[in-house]
Amino acid sequence: MNTQAAVEISHLSKAYGNVVAVDDVSLSVAEGEIFGILGPNGAGKTTTVECVLGLRTPDTGSISVLGLDPVRDAGQLHMIVGAQLQESALPAKLRVGEILAEYRSFYREPADVGEVIDGLGLAGKVKDYYRSLSGGQRQRLSIALALIGRPKVAVLDEMTSGLDPQARRDTWDLIESVRNRGVTILLVTHFMEEAERLCDRVALIDAGHVVALDSPAGLAARASGGKSMRFVPSVPFDDRLLTELPEVGSLTRHGSHVVVTGTGELVNTVILTLATAGVAARDVQLDTSSLEDAFVKLTGRHLHEEGIPA
Amino acid sequence: MNTHTLPRPKAQVQPPKTQFPKTPFSAARLARTLLPETAPHAAFGQIVRNQVRLAWRLPAGLIFGVGLPVLLLIIFNQIPSFHQTQADLGGLTPFDVYVPILISMVIAIIALISLPGPLVTYRDQGILRRLATTPVPPSWVLAAQLVVAFCTTIASLLILVVASIAAFGVDVPKNPGALVLAVVLSIAAMFAIGLCIAAVARSGIAARAIGAAAFYPMLFFSGMWFPRELMSGALQEISNFTPLGAAVEAIQDSWQGQFPPAEPLLVLAGYALVFTMIARRFFRWE
Repeated sequence: MNTQAAVEISHLSKAYGNVVAVDDVSLSVAEGEIFGILGPNGAGKTTTVECVLGLRTPDTGSISVLGLDPVRDAGQLHMIVGAQLQESALPAKLRVGEILAEYRSFYREPADVGEVIDGLGLAGKVKDYYRSLSGGQRQRLSIALALIGRPKVAVLDEMTSGLDPQARRDTWDLIESVRNRGVTILLVTHFMEEAERLCDRVALIDAGHVVALDSPAGLAARASGGKSMRFVPSVPFDDRLLTELPEVGSLTRHGSHVVVTGTGELVNTVILTLATAGVAARDVQLDTSSLEDAFVKLTGRHLHEEGIPA
Repeated sequence: MNTHTLPRPKAQVQPPKTQFPKTPFSAARLARTLLPETAPHAAFGQIVRNQVRLAWRLPAGLIFGVGLPVLLLIIFNQIPSFHQTQADLGGLTPFDVYVPILISMVIAIIALISLPGPLVTYRDQGILRRLATTPVPPSWVLAAQLVVAFCTTIASLLILVVASIAAFGVDVPKNPGALVLAVVLSIAAMFAIGLCIAAVARSGIAARAIGAAAFYPMLFFSGMWFPRELMSGALQEISNFTPLGAAVEAIQDSWQGQFPPAEPLLVLAGYALVFTMIARRFFRWE
């Protein structure tokens, strides 16, 4: 197994006039990985993937997609990369099957149309006009077109925006099954939940910069500086019972509640230690910090849940 | 590849733009751009098929382009004087004079109204940008639309010409070779103007507005409301240098048996060349 990067971006910068969209972004996506680019609208996510797709030329820096330069080797690149772009419609009066047949003809070794539409739940829609599709169906067709050429790398830009929660979850399942077939996925999103659920690693981008790059759990842990739990003890106990544990950083009492912070297997260790001392921990609550917290901590700003796509 | 160590160029004002090789012109690079070896050539057939379906399913242009001229023929046919030769029309009947005008109108409707709208819509909706991420160049869609528009024009003209000969008693064209040349040059000139509209228009609505604004003055100089033979010297001189005026002159001469003079043919070729260059210069793919 080689560990060659599927996508390697080094020191990418891109400005539009005086507006710097991407400033010195470097990241590396391993083969078979689902890699998320996460950030608020206007952070430079879309510009970054447009450079990866060869739609824009970087001002400085270099990009390699499985060894290909997106601008110089655009023809070969487009044979192995499938893209789902934001705000790209299809002709209203073409049927789903006709659109799929057209895009299928663009590739030398395309996927089977039936297979792709079954996987995306579009089987009953082949004869429908594009304009009669719901937002979720259009989005799924767009993903189908990204996959019809059997790409090695799929770039999906805001694939679930505009979808209802159920359709969003269905799409996540689909993306996982695509990855299980060995496709590397570069996912642009501003949904925290999506990144937490799908991504192996996430780059947080803000104002054109990568502010953090880690697994979703790693980023979340970094934001809280550790873990935290609170509980109500069944009987009083001595603080030292817990504070002497290596996992525990601090212990505070708020009325009947005890709050313990620490690292590692904090929860298990605390509950086990209390149990051996004959203390039951009731109403245990875990303070699980999320990517959202990480983002706020790292940038001092909130991600906007919905808004104008950047 | 240490390109990132280069100093970033001073920010220049340039619009975000998809990268397509443009000037300076190189035939080899143009060939590589239009026919990349990565794109299966069968894809072009698929694109054309879908363009034909779209033309068929949104037939406003087809109905307008074929129906209106035939309707006008039927109306003219009811006017008795239209079948009598008139001295001020150079010994032709009004019917003889109007068939070339209707031919030029068909070409203008398709070139100015049917052609630019969908192309601009394709750009507007990001369809061309989406294609730019596939092995097939977006220019293939442009080419497919041109092929479909050209075939539609030829089919419409065949209906018009056959109907006017078979049903309305117009004489058979006396110089068919010259007629074909005149029609093809007229199509080239008008399609180039249509592409130019697609290049500069910012939206499908704007394209339709510009197309209509160009259509009516051009149609005036073709003689639709006032045949060229009856125009004053100055008006006729202007008409000679408009695309539809030159088209009508060349088509009518060929129909009546003369090889058309160089002037209208050169005027049409000039429009085709200049407007193709302008369209090429200003065409945006997104």
